[in-house]
Amino acid sequence: MKKDIILAGVGGQGILSIATVLGYIAVKKELNLKQSEVHGMSQRGGDVSSHLRISDKTIASDLIPKGKADMIISVEPLESLRYLPWLSADGWIIVNETPFKNVPNYPDVDKIHELIKSQPQHILLDAENLAKKAGTIRSANMVILGASSPFLSFEDELYEEAMNAIFGKKGEAIVQKNIKAFYSGKEIASQSILQ
Amino acid sequence: MQKLLLLGDEAIAQGAIDAGLSGIYAYPGTPSTEILEYVERNQEAKQKGVKYQWAANEKTAVEMAMGMSYAGKRSMACMKHVGLNVAADPFMNSTITGANGGFIVVVADDPSMHSSQNEQDSRFYGKFAMMPIFEPSSQQEAYDLVHYAYNLSEKYSIPVMFRITTRLAHSRAGVMRRKTKDQNEFKLPANLRQYVLLPSFARQRYSELLEKQDDLEKESVSSGVNQYHDAADKSLGIIACGLAYNYLLENFEDQVVPHPVLKLSQYPVPTKLVKTLYDECDEILVLEDGYPLVEELLKGLLDHGKKVKGRLDGTIPRQGELNSNIVAQSLNIDEKFGSEIPGIMVNRPPSFCPGCSHIDSYVALNEALTGYSEGRIMSDIGCYTLAALPPFQTINSCVDMGASITMAKGLADAGEVPAVAVIGDSTFTHSGITGLLDAVNDNSPITVLILDNETTGMTGGQPSAALGKIEKICMGVGVEEDHIRVLTPLKKYHEENVKAIKEELEYKGVSVIIPRRECIQTIGSKLKAKAAQKEAENKTSVESHIN
Ligand SMILES: Cc1ncc(C[n+]2csc(CCOP(=O)(O)OP(=O)(O)O)c2C)c(N)n1
Repeated sequence: MKKDIILAGVGGQGILSIATVLGYIAVKKELNLKQSEVHGMSQRGGDVSSHLRISDKTIASDLIPKGKADMIISVEPLESLRYLPWLSADGWIIVNETPFKNVPNYPDVDKIHELIKSQPQHILLDAENLAKKAGTIRSANMVILGASSPFLSFEDELYEEAMNAIFGKKGEAIVQKNIKAFYSGKEIASQSILQ
Repeated sequence: MQKLLLLGDEAIAQGAIDAGLSGIYAYPGTPSTEILEYVERNQEAKQKGVKYQWAANEKTAVEMAMGMSYAGKRSMACMKHVGLNVAADPFMNSTITGANGGFIVVVADDPSMHSSQNEQDSRFYGKFAMMPIFEPSSQQEAYDLVHYAYNLSEKYSIPVMFRITTRLAHSRAGVMRRKTKDQNEFKLPANLRQYVLLPSFARQRYSELLEKQDDLEKESVSSGVNQYHDAADKSLGIIACGLAYNYLLENFEDQVVPHPVLKLSQYPVPTKLVKTLYDECDEILVLEDGYPLVEELLKGLLDHGKKVKGRLDGTIPRQGELNSNIVAQSLNIDEKFGSEIPGIMVNRPPSFCPGCSHIDSYVALNEALTGYSEGRIMSDIGCYTLAALPPFQTINSCVDMGASITMAKGLADAGEVPAVAVIGDSTFTHSGITGLLDAVNDNSPITVLILDNETTGMTGGQPSAALGKIEKICMGVGVEEDHIRVLTPLKKYHEENVKAIKEELEYKGVSVIIPRRECIQTIGSKLKAKAAQKEAENKTSVESHIN
């Protein structure tokens, strides 16, 4: 088992929470893990990414080599494209469609969506809307995580356990909203794969 | 023992705690900040009474750690690479005094300048000071090496440097803990003149330092940290320093390299191992995440020996962080990348947080400066440096911590009056005070804005040594009380703030303006912490009902 995942988004969109959940699961399953984070300027609206590597063998590099990522998980559409050189030929790109526009020259959103759809293996979904339905727009990151779950084959119970452990201090209600968000993303992805 | 998921920074902190750390001192700086932050929130460290402090700057951090080591205790000082420039004086002398309790200086380099003004390679400082250096290649190795490094430091009475880079500092992996060691007993040096570097004593200490070098190199050969991996294909021998070793392994199935490899993580460079590789192989490739230190040594000035490939001959780019793709290229390994980044891609430059007090300060400053020619604002390092980018594009320098005040003084000396300095509160106490004294002593016509957001913002909101002290410091240094003006940078006070700044720009001596409003991020995290605490209290009250 080996999964190389690039997480992408903009500062504050919760991509490090996605990494934390997957990290929790990897440890539980006694898999090896390396996860490199981007710190520093990200708090101030810059782009954020994290390389997450999970394997049952020892992992050498902290960074995923270009062309080797199994998956790009992005909470923001433009950001997903920034990492295309890393995606392997049969890799998946799983993206939230809602743009985060904090620059004046943000490109045309339709064009971005078109580019994502031109990727042979993609899932483009309205994570914010699904998150809202689950109870809070802030759990869009967990919707995206859910959408990536069919490709990772970890047990659902482990995701729930991880979310309990990680969001527990924010209260039970928040945990439940995140879990709900996770399943709504998972459902969409499972349907798209069938198509 | 327990396996923890730790950043490289945190692995070093946990390693130190487990190896009997007594005191850790640091000034924040990406990517080193998380070392002290880990100790700060670690319960075991608290129980064991490990002393920690955010220092005013890196020099004071190293000196405090040195005092702790003098007392026989294990100590650590942490900083980013440019911090070592500030601490260079105690650092260089620390190998002459030697250590008593184990003493580690951790320096985090930032190749590719992800968040720094240069990519200097601290190994040169270690070599310069004749200090042993460790360059771990993984989180686990970082953890393990702390134990060994403290022992080495005490065995040879010498401080030891840990050199890491951004990638390891900020990458997480599983770390297996070892048995923990108790803190050292308080024990002053046997020779109470050991740390007195009067020339006559210092000459003696220096010759002892020189004598240690052979033994330190023998340790590098035999400790097992540096590893020689033989292999059949001797057309090439590879020296892989620190993280470069991982980037090399990444390129081979099952991580088996067909060429002999010297994995280098302990310095001084183990000449014997290098010589074996050199003698056995036709050519040598040196992989280093930083400057070509080992490569230069090996090549020599005249480059008369075997072919040595690396950053100097263009096999590896001369600047920037290493990665496995660059290593693949240097080995002519064919790779297939994904598709290119589409042409429509744009960058997202960092910007001020909405509601940041610096925005109001700059709007007021810019308005107060209308009528004056451009090019007179010397600034410094911190969030407020973002004023170099659109929409403000207003500051004219950002060089090293504290340089705003002294450069403004020099600019005024050259005839540009008024000259303006813009500096943050933490930067001011880091290195601004002495420069302000220079300006006061020459009654220089400069206007200094100390943007006081009551925290060290850029690095994530560590406490600021300046908190509640700035006016008193300025008065103590000799700034006239009438020319110390405290403002509240908010829209509603804009007009009066502009007026105050204008008045001080016209004053022909040193004035200090202090726009003061707390950082929007620290306000946010305090609110979050409060909410979490409330939630925890609710939970316990519910649970106690159930009981
Ligand atoms: C010698 C040195 N040490 C540390 C740093 C890292 N650093 C850059 S900005 C900064 C914080 C500055 O804080 P402050 O002056 O209060 O300004 P703020 O970011 O809060 O606006 C630090 C610690 C550095 N660049 N150079």
